[in-house]
Amino acid sequence: MARSRSRKPLPEINSGSMADIAFLLLIFFLVTTTMDQEFGLPRELPRKIEEQTPPPPVKERNVLLVYVNRNNDLLVNNEYGDIKSLKERVKTFVANRKNRTDWPEKDAPEEFGSDGHTFVFQKSKGIVALQNDRLTSYKTYIEVQDVLTQAFNELRNELAKEKYGKTFEELSQLSSKGQTDDIQEEATIKMQAVQKAIPMAISEAEPIKSK
Amino acid sequence: MSKFKKRGGGSSSPGINTASLPDIVFMLLFFFMVATRMREVTLQVKVTKPGSSQAVKIAAEDRNKIISVYVGKPTKAQLYGSAPRMQLNDVIADVKDVGPFVLEEMNRLPEVDRKKAFVSIKADEEISTGIITDIKEALRDVDALKIQYGTRKTASLY
Repeated sequence: MARSRSRKPLPEINSGSMADIAFLLLIFFLVTTTMDQEFGLPRELPRKIEEQTPPPPVKERNVLLVYVNRNNDLLVNNEYGDIKSLKERVKTFVANRKNRTDWPEKDAPEEFGSDGHTFVFQKSKGIVALQNDRLTSYKTYIEVQDVLTQAFNELRNELAKEKYGKTFEELSQLSSKGQTDDIQEEATIKMQAVQKAIPMAISEAEPIKSK
Repeated sequence: MSKFKKRGGGSSSPGINTASLPDIVFMLLFFFMVATRMREVTLQVKVTKPGSSQAVKIAAEDRNKIISVYVGKPTKAQLYGSAPRMQLNDVIADVKDVGPFVLEEMNRLPEVDRKKAFVSIKADEEISTGIITDIKEALRDVDALKIQYGTRKTASLY
């Protein structure tokens, strides 16, 4: 066998066009694929209810009405509002640390969390109702949504820092990227407790019809 | 000057060795194969997503649970007009098509994913919210309540 090979050497395959083939594939992938990542603001729509069913009673003091009109101006509880101060307004309103009587009520002290990671907290009944006109620009609408989300996220961060010594963001990172399963599980419990204590109470009311 | 004269007249410069060129190109190819994913649709509406600082990234394993609704001005104005329209998969559609479309896409998903599926509204930042409200109403009609406003990730503005 060895003798016969040495007599007749195999011709080498010409690999000169290999680069061309690879380039072709490369260009195909460059054209047909994308690299962009998907980001989004998650929301839960209210369930459709029968027309006759009256909406659940909500006390007026518990609702902060944010209305964005067709000129993208803000009305916060029937006063002119400003998007720059909206975040602080929502935070102070929902937290109601001074226990003002015209701001949201609080539930009786309740225990949140489980497995030894519990804390006692008075859950606020505050709701932010976002109402828009049909002609409001989408950009402004998302900006307001963003500011509202930011307000609730900061409240959650503050509570988590106070009760667990870590911000909500850190907890949510640990719950998915923690080094051991135990760390992940503990962070998830803490995260869920904070989430339950401060729900993302943003209600998207139906818009006012433009004439 | 004479330094740059060719020695021994007539001998051409040695060619660059291209033997490793395929390796380099294959390396690039593999990088793109791993780091990117296939385009799902060819957009027929112009969509520049609005910026948001609180947007959450959709994990890679959740990507197949997204049902996308694109909203924006059609790029072919002579065909579809210049008013904002929505695109479902590869067709320009109306609000009344959203409900059936979402139900159909839901049915196409494996059963385990259906509860986690959500509708992502990817709308252009320049449109008005009226059409978005109509879409949301249509989604409530078919009980698809988990939604997401598709955004870009930006730094906080306020």
